[in-house]
Parts: sequence; C-alpha cells; structure tokens
Amino acid sequence: MGGLVYFSSASGNTARFMTRLGLPAARIPIAPADEMPAPDRPYVLICPTFADGEGRGAVPKQVIRFLNDPDRRALLRGVIATGNRNFGATFALSGKVISDKCNVPVLYRFELSGTDLDIARVQAGLEKFWGTECLTMA
Amino acid sequence: MKTPLRAINWNRLEDEKDLEVWNRLTVNFWLPEKVPLSNDVQSWATLRPEERELTIRVFTGLTLLDTVQNTIGAPSMMPDAQTPHEEAVLSNISFMEAVHARSYSSIFSTLCLTKEVDEAFRWSEENPHLQAKARLILEEYKAGSDPLKRKIASVFLESFLFYSGFYLPMYWSSRAKLTNTADLIRLIIRDEAVHGYYIGYKYQRALEKLPEARRQELKDFAFALIFDLYDIEQKYTAELYDGIGLTEDVKAFLHYNANKALQNLGYEALFPPAACEVNPAIMAALSPDSENHDFFSGSGSSYVIGKAVATEDEDWDF
Repeated sequence: MGGLVYFSSASGNTARFMTRLGLPAARIPIAPADEMPAPDRPYVLICPTFADGEGRGAVPKQVIRFLNDPDRRALLRGVIATGNRNFGATFALSGKVISDKCNVPVLYRFELSGTDLDIARVQAGLEKFWGTECLTMA
Repeated sequence: MKTPLRAINWNRLEDEKDLEVWNRLTVNFWLPEKVPLSNDVQSWATLRPEERELTIRVFTGLTLLDTVQNTIGAPSMMPDAQTPHEEAVLSNISFMEAVHARSYSSIFSTLCLTKEVDEAFRWSEENPHLQAKARLILEEYKAGSDPLKRKIASVFLESFLFYSGFYLPMYWSSRAKLTNTADLIRLIIRDEAVHGYYIGYKYQRALEKLPEARRQELKDFAFALIFDLYDIEQKYTAELYDGIGLTEDVKAFLHYNANKALQNLGYEALFPPAACEVNPAIMAALSPDSENHDFFSGSGSSYVIGKAVATEDEDWDF
C-alpha cells in the first residue's frame, strides 16, 4: 500500500479526520520554516480548500510549496480534497486544481472533518486504489 | 500611568488565521443589488398563495436571526477577542449580517406586496418557536455570560439555526423556481460558513488552554444546547413545512447541518449518517456546478494516472 501526505491548517479539521482514519500519514507543516515530509514511495495527498468566491487561492501555499518539488510531485498518485458545500461551485476545489496541475485523479471529496461514512469510504477506497495501482505497475 | 490606546497593526499578526479570514471575507463582499432579483418576478407569480406565504415567513425568520447576529451576537464577542485583528474580523461579520438582513427586504420589495410582508413580520414576532430559538441564543450573548459559551451559541446560530430557512430557496431552485433569489441566498450561505468556521476556530484555540474538567463542561454545554435548539427547530420546521409535506426532508437537512456546526467547534457528529441523507436535489442546489463524481464513491467510471507536469509557484493562482 502507498503512503499518505496531508495538510491541515490551525483549524485542525483535516488533522481530526486523519486521526480517525488511523493510517500512517506525513503532515505538511503549517509554518514555512519547518521541514517538509520527504515521501519515498507513491502517496495520496489529502488537502483542504481555501478558495475565495472566485476560486482563487484554493490550494494552501504550503501544499503548493510541497508539490513544487519535482521529486515529491513525481510520487503523487491521487488527491482527496476537503471543503464545505456551503461554498457552492468551489467546494473542495483544491482537488480539481491539483488534479489538473499534476494529472492525477481526484479520489474523493468530503466536508470539514468528515463523517464516519467518509472514513469508511476512504479506508476502503485507498485499499482498492493501491491494489489497482499495483496491477498497473506490474 | 495610563495604559496606552493601541492602534491595530496588520503587519504584526498574533494569529495568521485573522488575516486569512479577513481577506476571505473582504474578497467575498457583496450587496443584494448585485443579484438581478427582478428576474424572479414571473417565477414568484407561479407559486401558490400558501407557498408564497411560507416563503415570506421563512425569510422573515432568517431576517430575525441575521438581525440578532448583526446587532448583538457579533458585537458581544468583541470584548472577548484575543487579538485586535479578531475584533476587526468580528466587525466585518457584524456588518455582513446587516447586509444579509437587508437582502431579505430587497427580495420582499422586488417580489411581494407590502401587506403580505407586514403580515409575515407580525407572524415572526408572534411565532413561539422562532422567538424561543432566538431567545435561547440571546441568553448566551448577555453581558457577563461565559465567553466560550457565547461562541458556541454563535456557531449554532450561524451553522445550524439558519438551515430550516435556507432549505426552502434551495428547494425552489431545485425546481427551477426563484433561481436568482437562490443565488443571493447562496452568497449568504457562503458567508455563514466562513463565520461559523472562524468563530469555531477561535473557540478551539481558547479550549486548548483550558484544563480537562472545564473542556468537558463546555462540551456538555454545547451538546445540551444543540439538543434544546434542535427540539425547537423540529417544531418550527413542522409548523412551516407540514403544509407542503416537506418536514422530513427538511429534518434530514437539519441533522446534516447540526453535525457540521459541531465539527466547526471541533466535536464529533451527533446524528448518524442514516439521519443525514439529504435529498440529492437539495445538495445539488447548494453546490451547483461542483463536479460530483469521484473514484471512491464509485460514480466515476475511470481515472487516469498521468505523469507529473512542471509546476512553479507562479503557475498557481494565489
């Protein structure tokens, strides 16, 4: 199975989701001065959305900095995006931006810190996804 | 020696979230004049009299909550602010609530007869459930009450209590009615999400510094308050929506939003997933144009694993 990398701002919504998900994961730091995780195998990125009404600024800057490194970006296989449906068309927009930019699929989207249903779907989905990924590699 | 009066310096932040939310709120600023409400005049005429009455009543109910939040809720949290920037954000929140309250009157003056509107405002003053929920919140906004309980009440107002009302314009929109009015309501819904997120965030920051016993007391208070509010909301919802047979549909939407309000405070969901299965047409009306297929839900037919493309900071729009 591949790895997980996530970002969570000080609000902690995504961090709470990751705790409940219960899978090993590396956190992209909030402070630009802190060290970035260095994945050594394929991973899925879990990323919140901070878009304004026009969709600008959807991807957190620290996530952009993380993905701007070619070695880290090369191992990205898919993105799970979070947000709030109250934001209408820009709900979980960071997933689409990263998907378009890095040519990886949006695997799933959920709201805030996720529901129990979201946890179950992501657990089952990741297992299936990495299974498919192995077949693709073989 | 007198304590010096302090001018706010936005270049010295104690909490980055203050600037992030200030920027989000100011970029999202809008006025009701931006929305072509008059395009809904014909659509309004297709509603049955009881549907029109329901819609006006729902909007007076929303106006009351916006009024409370504008004049009492947001200002009452200013003295509790931990940073000068938080106070500035609260002043923006307060003002936008005034814009929201003002927007409903724009809808009324565009679509409705003065007499119908006056009647609905009278209804809002006399409806026991609407008055009860507003009073329950006001109790926590009173001077001298617990600053953190005040934040809990505020998040419940912004992230939960509005939704028995927001349901209706989303419902009309899903049936291709009052679509411009729905566009305006979506702007309000967007603002409320930022307000609930920010005040919930400040609540969690404050909670981190407290001993476990006090944290547990506040959590118990939050769950007790949402139970009490939900009890009133059920009755309010039934009174409004029984006539058009939508009460159960609205209640699923209430459960879903109650859970989101609790998440804004950092708490787990109260209602199980089965109770939160919102009518997909309402969800689609809430976030139109938002792509709704992904791999894990099984609704996406295929996906592509491609190779990475060159990406620089400048490529990203921020």
